[in-house]
Amino acid sequence: MFGFGILSGLIILPLVGAAFILVLRGEDESTLQNARWAALMTTVVVFLLSLVAWGRFDTSTSAFQLIESKAWFGSGIGYKLGVDGISMPFVLLTTFLMPFCILASWSSIQVRVKEYFVAFLVLESLMIGVFSALDLVLFYLFFEGGLIPMFLIIGIWGGKRRIYASLKFFLYTLLGSLLMLLAIMKMYGVAGTTDITVLLHTPFARSMQIWLWLAFFASFAVKMPMWPVHTWLPDAHVEAPTAGSVILAGILLKMGGYGFLRFSLPMFPEASHYFAPLVFALSVIAIVYTSLVALVQEDMKKLIAYSSVAHMGFVTMGIFTMTTQGVQGAVFLMISHGIVSGALFLCVGVIYDRMHTREISAYGGLVNRMPRYAVAFMVFTMANIGLPGTSGFVGEFLTMLAAFQVNTWVALIATLGTILAAAYALFLYRRVVFGALEKASLKTIMDLNAREIVTLAPLIALTLYYGVHPGPVLNASQATVDGVVKAVSLPAPTHTANLAGQ
Amino acid sequence: MVIAGFSLAPVLPEFILAVGALLLLLFGAVAGERLTKVVYEIAIVILGVVLLTVIFDKRGESISFDGAFVDDPFSHFMKVLALIGSIATLIMSIPFLRQQGINKFEFPILVMLSTLGMMTLISAGNLIALYLGFELMSLALYVIAAFHRDDGRASEAGLKYFVLGALSSGLLLYGASLIYGFTGSVNFAVIGTALQGNAGIGVVFGLVFLSAGLAFKMSAVPFHMWTPDVYEGAPTPVTAFFATAPKMAAVAITVRVVITAFPGIVAQWQQIIIFISIASMLLGSFAAIGQTNFKRLMAYSAIGNMGFALVGLAAGTEAGVFGVLIYMLIYLVMTLGTFAAILAMKRKGLNVETISDLAGLSRHNGPMAFFLAMIMFSLAGIPPLAGFWSKFYVFQAAIQANLFALSVIGVLSSVVAAFYYLRIVKLMYFDEPVEAFDPMSPAVNVVLSLAGVFVLLFTIWPGPFKDAATVAAHSLF
Repeated sequence: MFGFGILSGLIILPLVGAAFILVLRGEDESTLQNARWAALMTTVVVFLLSLVAWGRFDTSTSAFQLIESKAWFGSGIGYKLGVDGISMPFVLLTTFLMPFCILASWSSIQVRVKEYFVAFLVLESLMIGVFSALDLVLFYLFFEGGLIPMFLIIGIWGGKRRIYASLKFFLYTLLGSLLMLLAIMKMYGVAGTTDITVLLHTPFARSMQIWLWLAFFASFAVKMPMWPVHTWLPDAHVEAPTAGSVILAGILLKMGGYGFLRFSLPMFPEASHYFAPLVFALSVIAIVYTSLVALVQEDMKKLIAYSSVAHMGFVTMGIFTMTTQGVQGAVFLMISHGIVSGALFLCVGVIYDRMHTREISAYGGLVNRMPRYAVAFMVFTMANIGLPGTSGFVGEFLTMLAAFQVNTWVALIATLGTILAAAYALFLYRRVVFGALEKASLKTIMDLNAREIVTLAPLIALTLYYGVHPGPVLNASQATVDGVVKAVSLPAPTHTANLAGQ
Repeated sequence: MVIAGFSLAPVLPEFILAVGALLLLLFGAVAGERLTKVVYEIAIVILGVVLLTVIFDKRGESISFDGAFVDDPFSHFMKVLALIGSIATLIMSIPFLRQQGINKFEFPILVMLSTLGMMTLISAGNLIALYLGFELMSLALYVIAAFHRDDGRASEAGLKYFVLGALSSGLLLYGASLIYGFTGSVNFAVIGTALQGNAGIGVVFGLVFLSAGLAFKMSAVPFHMWTPDVYEGAPTPVTAFFATAPKMAAVAITVRVVITAFPGIVAQWQQIIIFISIASMLLGSFAAIGQTNFKRLMAYSAIGNMGFALVGLAAGTEAGVFGVLIYMLIYLVMTLGTFAAILAMKRKGLNVETISDLAGLSRHNGPMAFFLAMIMFSLAGIPPLAGFWSKFYVFQAAIQANLFALSVIGVLSSVVAAFYYLRIVKLMYFDEPVEAFDPMSPAVNVVLSLAGVFVLLFTIWPGPFKDAATVAAHSLF
């Protein structure tokens, strides 16, 4: 495509759509409708293009594919893109979720409509860039650049405390990322290049690995987010508009896990083993603590936000078991959580658009007036709990299985988390959907309209499909995950490896 | 390197500027007030011609006037930056000065003379030329700081700047005399060969005094006290000028002095630079948080930015100097863009300066808000904007030189600094709009748009700037 590869196309196309919306003149309803359609069409075309990329993708190898490389900042910093079995699913997840975000914003966004869609399309471009960058500086550029549109999305179209939330989100993430930037510079100094494919085979001294690992950890732990640096997430989620929450939970949170898999594990294997107990400890604290916090939330979005932190605890636990099962489970859980938590936020958005409140106590008995909504919400609630037959089960099961082999105590405490997850999720569902419809304000509430059904139906289908047939994701990532696990396994059993195994 | 003796060829740009400024002074005095606008235009044209002579100078490196004047790619790079700063501020200042009733013909001539001082300073090859350039630049600056002489704040700014500036000149001169006394030469190259690892206490004293004088002009902590008051008090175009061109010259000569005159005693000057850098970054970040006046805020931002630029110099390597050059280039563009926006903050013909006047700007003037927001994100160092690269290169040099503590303190203070830049974006985009500004004058609009476009596109097309900075940095080693 114009001398660029397909991945560049995926990055540039949303920007073209954004430019098109920017040049639309006028503020009347028909112009805004054009902007909405342009945004939707752009994201759909990007999704189709990503399917083409998927068609060209060979799942049998762990090597990077669809590589394109251009000189850029000279002296080792190049514009290099490519995907492997870990990044490809995330690229697809991004392009898949975007049209639903546009649909979810169709009528709920009424002010500064064009700017809103421009911000989303720019964000999409940057997110695809994060998952397909094969140069550390380029990766950092996309990783950090995403802060700008997200900051504006939360700050302009968010709720009452949007300014506090947007600043907190921005500064928290920036702090972590800048430490990673220093580590990137150090690696550039050692290897003379920031090409990821080269760095993956560059051995770093053990003492240096420790520092580099910690710097990367600072960034990814905030982004994941891991306990105790998760506090920006509930604020950001609560204040963001629905589609912003979907992106935040669905994709931005996955960047941390992706970073661990792409950089921390294969590049700093010794440090990863050394710090694995720390990550395990933080993970199980996150799982149990945030589940307990979720139990007492009065705000639906906040509850789902805390449940996201708990789920990310499973992801980090799975990644740092450093076994094929654990890592694959983590990848699967991230994809599944991207779909399920995104869908849960969409479900909250549906009733928020009607009632303009997210207080759990403002609802009750919705099943009487909204049976279709009740079904959709049920499916995602069950997937969030990790009920067998839904996509949520596969990932949690695999990560716990792996954790059980590596460290029984970790697995035991994590299991406690799934029980708590069932408690808070069912508790939420009962209070919102079941019971008698007593509140006067709810007497006239309408069930899902056609646009909302179109938004939620594919997500339900995918949740159930991956629940019974997880093959596509697992097969796609198999070869690469094997490669990562091999890279992180130490040549000989050393003291640190034993430490991680206890 | 050619030793050019007393040939006039290497100083052609300075020659054009000096003669031009003097002729223009005569013309202005004779022509009277009717032709003030013409004087401005001729001044801009002369500066433009000088800029082109510097850019298209293909003569290669040379040292002339017995080592006093160094003509190398480094001086070309920094002269281009200083000239761009002068030209852009002159272009933007015409409508402002006219509206304030202070569009006297002396203003462009003073700017030209000050620029001449900067160019001499940038090319200085010994301590005498350094002092001459330093004073020529400063004397003109003192006058234009108080150019609005009926305004109490401007007069105060001019007086403060003059008294403190005279003190810093004294310090600098004292330091220069100590260095001359202990090394026996004023020439940087000779000092450099004389000082090899055995710096006596006298030289170190001289170095400290010299650094103090230079830090004053860079507005680096602890010699920054004049900056907020002068920035706030001086007429806005003058502040824009202060924030751009003299900074380029001061940083350039600091780099040249420590790299060419003191390469043998890196450990001695490195600790001075590291201290100045850390103190500037921290003060610039924390003190700006409470500011409400945009010009005052930019003063603290300038202090912080000088701290970041010096991170590269602290490394003392070629990569570090390269980082400083890129930093100054990008800082120049961002500052010009910001001051263009400040000049555009005008209601019913009156300029307003509080940042809360920007509230809701995105609803009234989308392009202005967008470009200013991009410049603010860039100042905060967020990729993919240009400001990210300026920080990237200086910190990268510091990391390569194993200055980890400096780097970590630097990035932490840049997170603090990000807060107040974000606050401006927040005002423009998140807050409810207040009254709209008057339409922008075309000159201001052009400067702001060009700066915004540069900040956005630098990442995509860095080639020419990077190449020029590489050559310039290499010429010092």
